[in-house]
Amino acid sequence: MDNYIPLSYWDLAAASLLVFINAGLSVIFRLRVHRSLLIAAIRMVVQLSLVGVVLTTLFSAVSPLWTGLAALVMVLFAGNEAAQRQERGLSGWWSYGLGTGCMMMSSVVVTVFALLTALRPNPWYDPRYVIPLLGMILGNCMTGISLGLDTLTTSLVSRRAGVEAQLMLGATRWEAVAPVTRQALRSALMPTINSMSATGVVSLPGMMTGQILGGVPPAEAVKYQILVMFMIAGGTGLGAVTAVLGGVYRVTDGRHRLRLDRLRPPKPA
Amino acid sequence: MRGPSGAGKTLLLRAVADLDPNEGLVTLDGRDRSTIAGPEWRRLVGYVPADPGWWANTVGEHFGEWTAALAFVNDLGFSDEAKAWPITRLSTGERLRLALARALIVRPKVLLLDEPTAALDVASVAAVESLINARMRAGLAVLWVTHDAEQAKRVAHRHLVVEAGQVREEAPEWTIISP
Repeated sequence: MDNYIPLSYWDLAAASLLVFINAGLSVIFRLRVHRSLLIAAIRMVVQLSLVGVVLTTLFSAVSPLWTGLAALVMVLFAGNEAAQRQERGLSGWWSYGLGTGCMMMSSVVVTVFALLTALRPNPWYDPRYVIPLLGMILGNCMTGISLGLDTLTTSLVSRRAGVEAQLMLGATRWEAVAPVTRQALRSALMPTINSMSATGVVSLPGMMTGQILGGVPPAEAVKYQILVMFMIAGGTGLGAVTAVLGGVYRVTDGRHRLRLDRLRPPKPA
Repeated sequence: MRGPSGAGKTLLLRAVADLDPNEGLVTLDGRDRSTIAGPEWRRLVGYVPADPGWWANTVGEHFGEWTAALAFVNDLGFSDEAKAWPITRLSTGERLRLALARALIVRPKVLLLDEPTAALDVASVAAVESLINARMRAGLAVLWVTHDAEQAKRVAHRHLVVEAGQVREEAPEWTIISP
């Protein structure tokens, strides 16, 4: 795998000119995004450089403890991000706990499954495999779970009268919320379905492109990509179903009432 | 039940229906509400809000079996074709009458009505009143919120007034001062 072209810092500096051109366009068209564009670009460089250092250390250590710790930190960050992305999340500890818990459960299950069945690295917790796989699953799982929970809560707010009308006719909380639950699960799974059907035709996935640039034969890179797509689909499905059902459990109660008081108040416009 | 807007009439109906967290003792035929599961309680105690909710696109989807619903629906002035009507095309009055039919099919023992005739024309008001009256004669208990003092006089056996969160009973022979 040594047949890739190493990049020098001058190469990167030259490429960064493109960002400066974007910033210039923002100034010319008075978009007022040049500041945030440059800050985002600097953040990206700093964050990725740090990750490079961390991964180098992790990969050389090959310790189950450090690998597990890195995985935990990734899950916690993803959970925080998923909680932030919701318009009307659950209030209190649930806002963070539900998404993070479901993400941890589903991504760990799927990653360990892939490590033990398809990849079988030695040792099985080899961070060179664990960390990138977990990262890709978490990224997609996070989108799915936050979309699912966001659809659930915003639809329950907007369709409250319909849900309560069903409750009033003697429906259980699960029956009354079923149409909203289905809608939430559909929107959670849509991005995964769309990306699977567009992959290879509309877009070349980043991981596969990276492997090909790194010198891996395309046929091998494709196999990895297919494996990862299956893992993403499985992880997102598992995570979204548990998160949405957990969300339904939380926004209703044992008396089969709709408890929208357990949502965060709407953000001021 | 009457009272100024914001006095807590709707809140009281919702609390009796057990739609919001609430405190206090509610019994039906001597049975404590807390011993009855939520869904079962709400089949015994129906509630029709002022602006009824819908969860599907057409009228028929809101009724389990249309043939069984027909008797109730016809009583309220709808033809058999109403089954395919889209909810969005219904007038406020039609929505209210359908919500009423929907609640009655479950055969509740108590019906909580939140201004059911506020948006209806005179003929529809009479139809709803006579339908509810017939049900009351058959043993249905109704807690009816209205702003219409004349209506209260026509339908009520007991008069409650809600003011600033307090409920008090008015003597049945109270007089109405028309504006």
